[in-house]
Amino acid sequence: MILNQALYIRRKLANAIFIALSLGAALFGLVWLAFILFALFKEGISAMSISLFTEITPPPGSAGGLLNAIFGSLVMSLGAVLIGTPIGLFAGTYLAEYARYGKLSAVVRFVNDILLSGPSIVTGLFIYELVVVPMHGFSAIAGCLSLAVIVIPVVVRTTENMLLLVPNGLREAASALGAPQNFVIRSVTWKAARAGIVTGVLLAIARISGETAPLLFTALGNNSMSTDITKPMASLPAVIFQFALSPYQDWHTLAWGGALLVTATVLLLSILARILENQKRT
Amino acid sequence: MALRFPPGPSLTDISLQENQQSQSSLADLSARIETARRAGAGDVRFRLTSLLAAIAVLAIFAGVIASLVIGAMPAIKAFGFGFIVDEAWHPTREHFGALAPIYGTLVTSTLAMLIALPVGIGVAIFLTELCPRPLRRPIGIAIELLAGIPSNIYGIWGLFVFAPWFQTHVQEPVVSVIGDVPVLGTLFGGSTFGIGIFTAGLILSIMILPFISAVTRDVLETVPSVLKEASYGLGSTSWEVMWKVCLPFCSTGVVGGAMLALGRALGETMAVTFVIGNSHRIDPSLFAPGTSISATIANEFTEATTPLYTASLIELGLLLFGITFIVLSCAQLLLHRLEKAKGK
Repeated sequence: MILNQALYIRRKLANAIFIALSLGAALFGLVWLAFILFALFKEGISAMSISLFTEITPPPGSAGGLLNAIFGSLVMSLGAVLIGTPIGLFAGTYLAEYARYGKLSAVVRFVNDILLSGPSIVTGLFIYELVVVPMHGFSAIAGCLSLAVIVIPVVVRTTENMLLLVPNGLREAASALGAPQNFVIRSVTWKAARAGIVTGVLLAIARISGETAPLLFTALGNNSMSTDITKPMASLPAVIFQFALSPYQDWHTLAWGGALLVTATVLLLSILARILENQKRT
Repeated sequence: MALRFPPGPSLTDISLQENQQSQSSLADLSARIETARRAGAGDVRFRLTSLLAAIAVLAIFAGVIASLVIGAMPAIKAFGFGFIVDEAWHPTREHFGALAPIYGTLVTSTLAMLIALPVGIGVAIFLTELCPRPLRRPIGIAIELLAGIPSNIYGIWGLFVFAPWFQTHVQEPVVSVIGDVPVLGTLFGGSTFGIGIFTAGLILSIMILPFISAVTRDVLETVPSVLKEASYGLGSTSWEVMWKVCLPFCSTGVVGGAMLALGRALGETMAVTFVIGNSHRIDPSLFAPGTSISATIANEFTEATTPLYTASLIELGLLLFGITFIVLSCAQLLLHRLEKAKGK
């Protein structure tokens, strides 16, 4: 057998290049992550102070904090989860328990996945037309609803996926004991899938805590402390957007502080979700 | 919460109360019927609630389309088809054309795909085949973290940290080297600002990288190991196994994942708004500032003073929704086919 030395070397070389490239690709991703997190922590930590949590957003040139924005974000996220979770939970239950192979379910699944990855700014336009125009003004309610529209598809998807993992034997056993179907779903399948469903809700919260686009023309923003949900309300992401694009240095600092808060929240929620998911597996 | 089922008569009950048996069993029976009836009614209610929730998802989708179409009507009537081929955007003269934002959206997304697709596949190959086992999980999680960072943060980082760095360390040297080369000079020439179409595309590529690598990783794991073993057994190198066996085997999944990522890139708003420069013109240079559909809406919607201005922005939203709908539908069809194949 004659070894074709040139071909052999060429193939070895191509392989080495390939390995180097894929290593480079992984490094490419990691370098960006490090670059972003480093800048975020460097700028964000210097913006951290007690007043960030105790004072409201200031006019340019004076000291202040983000209290109204933090409060607004918490209120609107809470509202969105309270509205979105039940709808998402029941819709996911319908898909997994009642009509797994139905035509309607196929359509709902398709539409849900479009909503899941669709542009969130369009959600803002939708709620603007649906709520803001008839109410003649921006309001925290509108902000809540547009965030809820983002929560629903996330919860539907995870709920359905988690319910599908529940073995049919459990359902059959419960039904054989004479339990009605809604009892089987509530006390057996929901319970078995509980960790997964909670994970889905956590992921949904993580997703909406960073969302800006749907809030810009629903909740708008508010530079004073407001607890009235029929009036415009500040939110962290919107304040970051507004302050970062302003020409004032002290507003930039506050924007970095807010950015660090939002990122830390999102990352903590994702870690929590991951821990829950792993617990379920073991 | 738990429903209680009335206990049936036990053996001792029957022997002790033989004379009352017919009466008690009758009462027992009617109690049972009552429980069953209530449980049945609960069943119907529960089923209806879930059906309504499922229909609510459809209603939201229909509502999005309907509200966009209704909101955009004045602009559709005023400009007709010309809206999407007109570059001019003059709010003061009430003349609106969507070509510049459409161009910006398509070009930034294309750039993002050109960068993220090879890199994402590279990351996936690295993680499934080449990476030492103990490092796989941490590196995989780190790449996924990129998807968890909110788009606002990409924006503020892109504007304050990345753009100035990119301007002095990449754009200026590039322009000075190839600024006079015919085609490349047009694509990468002109004044440098740091921000612009190219920066937006690059940041988008980082944002969608984890989506591509996650889907690719998932499908690479479905390649049967016998295929790889057979290929290695014939003396293939890792590159040949990947390129000629694994990737062709899971090309549908990779394309589906790429379409999903493209859908994300098209609709991404905040990161792009921060760094694209927001100028309503089409410049041949990729380093020049531009705008995208989502950035235009985010920047101008609350400042839109006339009904026609608002309607034009909503029509932009409708166009964006239309484009992403088509891309995401294709992605779903491909990924759905894959799931079916996996089930067999």
